Amino acid sequence: MTYHRLAAPALAAALAAAAADASAQEIRFMCYSDGNECEVYDDILDRFEEENEGVTVAVDTVPYQAILENLPVQLAAGTGPDMAKVTDLGGLSDHYLDLAPHVDRAYWEENFDRTLGWYRGDRDPEGIFGMHSQLTITGPFVNATLFEEAGVEMPGSEATWEDWAEATRAVTEATEADFPMAMDRSGHRIAGPAISYGAQLFDEEGNPTLSDEGFEAYVAKFVEWHEDGTMPRDVWGGAGGSTTVDAAQEFINGELVFYYSGSWNTGRMEEQIGDFFDWQVVGSPCGPEGVCTGMPGGSGIVGFEQTDHPEVVAAIIDFLAQEEVYAEATARTLNIPAHAAVAEAGVEYEGVSEPASDALNAWARQVPQISPVAYDYQGYTNNRAMFNVTVERVSQAVVGELSVEEAMRRMEEDLDAAMAEVGAE
Amino acid sequence: MARIVDMLTATRGKGGRLHWTDWVSYGYLCFGLLLMFGPVVWLVLSSFKTPNELDRFPPRFLPYVQETVEVEGFDDPLLVYTATAGELEGQRVALTRRAGSRAEVVVPDDPENRIRLQMKELEARERVAFTTSNYTELFERFTFFRYLFNSTFITVMATAIMLLVNSMAAFALSKFEFRGRTTVLLLVIATLMIPQTVVLVPLYLLVTQMGLYNSLWGVIIPGAATPTGVFLLRQYMVTIPDEILDAARMDKASEWKIYWRIILPLSAPAIAVLAILAIMWRWNDFLWPLIVLSENENFTLQIALFSFQGEFQTDWPNLLAMTVLTLLPISCVFMFLQKYIATGIASTGGK
Amino acid sequence: MLRVIAPVMNVIELPFRWLQRRLGLKLIAWVFLLPNILLFGLFAFLPVILNVFYGMTGGTDVMLADRPNVGAANFERLLSCDNYLDPNSCRDDKFWRAVYNTIWFVTLQVGFMVGFALITALVLNRKIRARGFFRSVFFFPVLLSPVVVALIWKWILQREGILNAFLDWLNGTWAIEGLSAVIVALGGTALSVQGIAWITDAGWAFFWSVFISVWAHMGFYTLILLAGLQAIPRDVYEAATMDGASAFRTLRRITLPLLAPTMLVVVILALIKGVQTFDEVYAFTGGGPGTATTFIIQYIYEEGFAGQPRLFGLAAAASILLALVLVVLTGIQLWLNRRSVDG
Repeated sequence: MTYHRLAAPALAAALAAAAADASAQEIRFMCYSDGNECEVYDDILDRFEEENEGVTVAVDTVPYQAILENLPVQLAAGTGPDMAKVTDLGGLSDHYLDLAPHVDRAYWEENFDRTLGWYRGDRDPEGIFGMHSQLTITGPFVNATLFEEAGVEMPGSEATWEDWAEATRAVTEATEADFPMAMDRSGHRIAGPAISYGAQLFDEEGNPTLSDEGFEAYVAKFVEWHEDGTMPRDVWGGAGGSTTVDAAQEFINGELVFYYSGSWNTGRMEEQIGDFFDWQVVGSPCGPEGVCTGMPGGSGIVGFEQTDHPEVVAAIIDFLAQEEVYAEATARTLNIPAHAAVAEAGVEYEGVSEPASDALNAWARQVPQISPVAYDYQGYTNNRAMFNVTVERVSQAVVGELSVEEAMRRMEEDLDAAMAEVGAE
Repeated sequence: MARIVDMLTATRGKGGRLHWTDWVSYGYLCFGLLLMFGPVVWLVLSSFKTPNELDRFPPRFLPYVQETVEVEGFDDPLLVYTATAGELEGQRVALTRRAGSRAEVVVPDDPENRIRLQMKELEARERVAFTTSNYTELFERFTFFRYLFNSTFITVMATAIMLLVNSMAAFALSKFEFRGRTTVLLLVIATLMIPQTVVLVPLYLLVTQMGLYNSLWGVIIPGAATPTGVFLLRQYMVTIPDEILDAARMDKASEWKIYWRIILPLSAPAIAVLAILAIMWRWNDFLWPLIVLSENENFTLQIALFSFQGEFQTDWPNLLAMTVLTLLPISCVFMFLQKYIATGIASTGGK
Repeated sequence: MLRVIAPVMNVIELPFRWLQRRLGLKLIAWVFLLPNILLFGLFAFLPVILNVFYGMTGGTDVMLADRPNVGAANFERLLSCDNYLDPNSCRDDKFWRAVYNTIWFVTLQVGFMVGFALITALVLNRKIRARGFFRSVFFFPVLLSPVVVALIWKWILQREGILNAFLDWLNGTWAIEGLSAVIVALGGTALSVQGIAWITDAGWAFFWSVFISVWAHMGFYTLILLAGLQAIPRDVYEAATMDGASAFRTLRRITLPLLAPTMLVVVILALIKGVQTFDEVYAFTGGGPGTATTFIIQYIYEEGFAGQPRLFGLAAAASILLALVLVVLTGIQLWLNRRSVDG
């Protein structure tokens, strides 16, 4: 087994070091679930515990809110856990444990090449700071049955956002569906389409910006679609601040033709739509210039420098990164692999129907289409701030509190203010 | 206008017959019953629904599940529909396959004979059924009783400490003349103004510095330091006549004895009010325990409740079931204390 | 229970007697105050004091020692406005939107809350059957945690919720036609088959935020008012009935004036709690649509805790401003209180 060969020396050293300190080998793993992730990791890590006597990994399942809001404060105060499943990959990078001294660099670089950079932030460009456990891609779900009923042909893979808007409006008119299109209320979701419309997000010097022409062009379209009823106001108008709102329920009930969300919803669609109608995953629509990208994203497992047992934490993460373990976790949690070898071999998802399996593989096929801008954006340390600013201000434009121009101006100002504070450190 | 007022103030008509104003009063109360209780009933019923039933529109009052039937030749049970058109009209059929709007069904007794229909021509057959799996899953999924214990421990300890400390302070502030009394009282009122939400970060750092991080006491002690109790109890104790105290002092009773033999029993109604308020606050507290407690063994019910909220998805069926479970103990406490609350608030508020 | 407590209390008494002999009656008061002062000092005052220091620092570090001093910059950012009546002209427009939303919210919420609590208390004060039961019914929502309150109502009011389903079912009947006419007359949009966007229309979202917070807290104030009503001596009413005073006159000349002190407590408490409204509305609308239901505590919470980057300094500065306003409100309370006692 590959695992034994790779991790055993590291762990042996760890155990030897810890033998002097006979007491604690307990590792706290702060985890959150979108479905069953924590249960699956708990189960898989039981095997790690069996193989490494004296080590216990306690999985603390917390609300996602705790990961997002409390964990950073806990880390700053020095009271964080040993390891965690996080989503603000770049933002917390200062606290990550560098796994490089403890793991096989070649193996990691070969398999996590695309995602290792997301964890580095401003730190050592050679460091290995986290394992991307769940790759997500934003993109649309389409209700194929409604298209069939309406007798409208579904736009192809080169179709633009305009084409989809037109087609879905036609479907809505011909059927009982209520809404042509909807997109999750999230700064991350809207980034993909904005990049397709030409948003660069960073200027020549690499400084972040939210108000280039491409971004504004998409926001203007987006607001227009809310005004003419192509998109329901319920979603982006449904909350304030940076709260995420989805439209999954509408899609599941067959009221929505085109739902721009992401790969993480596949399991839910499979479970809840069942036989009610046919649904499909299609590629992200294109912008006027032929860029058709979604946003990559997801969560990863990291260790923290504060831990008393860096070797053990590294060994655990390395264990989870081994091909067969990673493949098992991916299959059981219905995720898309970020591990190159696992992705190449394909994942046999456990206990899912044909449409869901097709959908998951359709997501995986979209990975190569992702624009480099989207990768950079996902890996940028302060992208959370940018997502939040986007969602707050665009929402205000959608509900009519601000005009599109005002919203764009405010976005830039908010971003500048945030950058100034971050720079003031 | 006068009539409305008349209705609100008049007492019941003579001779046992109900005056029309009584009818209006009962109407108002029944409307209130519907408005105040209806949503809670809806919550409880929803917690017995399947995920699909929860997402359904229009929603239905009672939980339903679709009938299934075992048909020979199929591994899984099939969903049962009633055909609404074609030769099978009115018959009970099982769905075998579906593609787009077309469906293939069989009559359960005759599994060989596949019949093609439009999906529109089928109507699901359903029956009322309470899904208990939302609840049973909770017990499988995590150590429910551990969380229950933690929540109970925090609530009981915080309430006890708060009652003791606050009643002592209220006694001092209401029955002694000393320099600085007004200052202390003003500071108490001033803290009443500042919600915990706005001091989360400094409070967190303090608690961490004191080594209370990830300990139940880190939730209990800051929780006990609320000014409302001092304020409420003091307002009540002021009304206790000084003569009773003086008589006791004549008998050489110590101040401590006066406090716990005279003041406490006489303040029982106000203490009951404070008790229910404190129990409610600590039991429902979420934000603070979430920050202070980091390990599973110390989690409370409220933290467990919200761990059903992920980044993208919320597990509604389990979350609703958990909500109902957390509501049960506090409702029981309320039923037990409600007599005292009525008299308690009655005697505190007005003074 | 008393059997457990009594011996403990008796044991405490011994050292206490000794203390009392040493200190005398004046100082013993401080002994009673001590535990409370310790708890308060550490967990209520000290954080507030620390917050003042946070308010004068910038950056995103959590530890106070690492944070650069920026003087009054945070206050400047919050308070600089071209026109204080137009949030759009302010440097921090979100803060001012939150301020105006809070003012509106508190005005409406306190008004409705006190109004309905008074009506309910008057009804419950009548000789009716099952009074204890109805009293409990009106108090029950007070027991629910704010998040649960929000969750229940969100469930009911969402576009696919039970209220819209109910209206759908009523559609075409006279009830809906009539209601529709009333709503149009009031400047709203006519009720449509698709259901109303209760949470996503700014006006409705605001209305329901007020409604929900009244729903959740009314029971508490009802009980206080009920208590006040029951404290009014029976013979006053009897005298009034003898004089043949009408019910309206009795209410205006006897009930309301005698209820005034209780009303003051209720109004002030409701006012303070109203300004502090956060959890239930945050869980209900998230402050939206746009910023329509974003109140001041949410602004502080988001800037300092939930947002990115975490601007503790700005949040602390806003919380200090809030505290100042609340202290002024309390001052008014005390002044009114004194005046009503003197006058």
